[in-house]
Amino acid sequence: MESILVLTHADESGSALTKASLETVTAGMELASRLRAELTIGIVSANATTSQDSLASTGARLLAVSGEVFAQPRYSTDAAACDALCRASAATIVLTPSSSRFARVAAGVAHRLNGLIDTHVTAIGGTDTIEATRWFYRQRVEAVLTRDARPWFLLLDAGTHAAFASAPGKAQVEQVTVELPTIRTTVSGIRAPKLDEQTIRPDAKLLFVTGAGWTKKQPDGQIHVSEAAGLILGFLRHTGASLGSSKSLVDQGGEGNSVLPFLTHLNQVGQTGATPRHPKGLATCCHGEEPHVVGWRFIGERRAISLDPNCGWTRGKADVVYVADAFQVIANVNELLAARVK
Amino acid sequence: MPQALHIIVCAGISPDPLQTLEPTTGPTGPGLKNEMVLPAVLDPWAASALYEAAALAAKNPGSKLWLVSLGPKAKLQQVMMTVAQKVPFELVPIDGPIGGFPDAHSTAAVLAETIAALPGLDRSKLLLFGGWESATRGAGVTLQIVGERLGITDQFYGVDQIDLRDDGSFEVLERIEGGRHQVSICTGAPAVLGWATGNLAEPRNNPQIGMSNMRTIMPALQKAKPATLAPNGLRYVSVSLPKQQRTTRVVKDLTPDQIAAELVEWIGAE
Repeated sequence: MESILVLTHADESGSALTKASLETVTAGMELASRLRAELTIGIVSANATTSQDSLASTGARLLAVSGEVFAQPRYSTDAAACDALCRASAATIVLTPSSSRFARVAAGVAHRLNGLIDTHVTAIGGTDTIEATRWFYRQRVEAVLTRDARPWFLLLDAGTHAAFASAPGKAQVEQVTVELPTIRTTVSGIRAPKLDEQTIRPDAKLLFVTGAGWTKKQPDGQIHVSEAAGLILGFLRHTGASLGSSKSLVDQGGEGNSVLPFLTHLNQVGQTGATPRHPKGLATCCHGEEPHVVGWRFIGERRAISLDPNCGWTRGKADVVYVADAFQVIANVNELLAARVK
Repeated sequence: MPQALHIIVCAGISPDPLQTLEPTTGPTGPGLKNEMVLPAVLDPWAASALYEAAALAAKNPGSKLWLVSLGPKAKLQQVMMTVAQKVPFELVPIDGPIGGFPDAHSTAAVLAETIAALPGLDRSKLLLFGGWESATRGAGVTLQIVGERLGITDQFYGVDQIDLRDDGSFEVLERIEGGRHQVSICTGAPAVLGWATGNLAEPRNNPQIGMSNMRTIMPALQKAKPATLAPNGLRYVSVSLPKQQRTTRVVKDLTPDQIAAELVEWIGAE
């Protein structure tokens, strides 16, 4: 019989579990119910008592690793914490969120426990067995796989399950002792753009993808980079959208061409970028497989604005393609949205 | 003050991103149709790691740079024709299977064993580099396990920058959620760094570097040790291309005003 451990961690405030952790709790509860398996939830945080009560109604056994040293994400301490939780639970299946914190350590922990791991899991199915769905070749090939060996670690991608939510209650947590390794790494902080300059918004309803066309010559024979920047930032301000970019547009900076100053490789979607999850996506001035196929794999409704009526990459990938000049359309969209606010 | 580093870059090869991929199943499990004839490139994020490693080695005289790569000898040779012209390195090839479907744990075991046996490697100076995820399996697993097997417990992933300090410590920037970076200070080597894009552009081809590299690459390829990768109980239930094909409405006859109005309604719709 399987026993399931869901590993969770606190958010940066330290007072609550991350959304991705709560999504993994949902996945763990579903799997435990289907397999009639024992469910344990492990918490890594500076102070587990602040987040444990949100898990009271799960009915799961709660284990926690607590202490100031676990306030910050770091390989050596997080790996030791997860290792201790796994050993204390003796779980055969370990589910963890694919957060930057746990993605950094989960494979190392699996190795320490003589276990095996599969990451970027988007669904867990199967009847008598456990089958994990994940993508290969950067979201181009989908596979369903299974393993007999245990413990088996599965890292779940964010957004694949609803976040667990219930009325807080009183929960009992068992503290697990961790043998700490020598700590050679100190986390000194977070480096982020100023709040009003942050263009990456994982929780946004809309992903706005910009392509290299924004920095190409326009019908007047001139390049209008500053106008493009104004239109794009205006659109983001009005809609609260998250900004994605094609590789070609981001790469232009390294090639000495005119660039949009707020774009970095962190905005890049596609083969060497992110594959974000948003309910809607709007691509502008893009051409090629990267933004329309790989970067859009997990976008719900997709629309595109392109001057090329025969762009093969949008056909079959987007729901609607507007054959138009994105400069004009986005300017008009911004005007309409501004008028709405007034 | 410059410090001599021993930098090892683990890098696989992947199909050129512009190729159309079609999965197929053979006697050894899933693979890609015509995989051996598809044009291949050095895995993109691992290539970033290689360029960053070369820049770091150049700034620290006495440093040594190895490129450890597992793949079919013939494909490695083809990819090295280009990569060898970028930066100076010593190739450590391992003649093994291609593609993203072999088990990551077995791959890690072979890589760790090869690295541990490298003559002249000083582990106290070791920075183990690679891509934080590959463009094939894309799991972000292999490098972590190689690090664990080599006993390295300072590991960083989604790295975009490393700044080495005079005392041997370094500051490292790792990507985290929300388009931000976590900043950490590590007291020094050994450490594992799984690179994202980094800050460097792809170096231009330099035929002189290419000729110098190829003097050691060709003999190394001839002597490449064969490796078989155990499946570790990994079984594929299905491998397929996504079937979802959308019915695309191509709108050619609306003015920018009309399109904007339609978009605003769509953006605002629940």
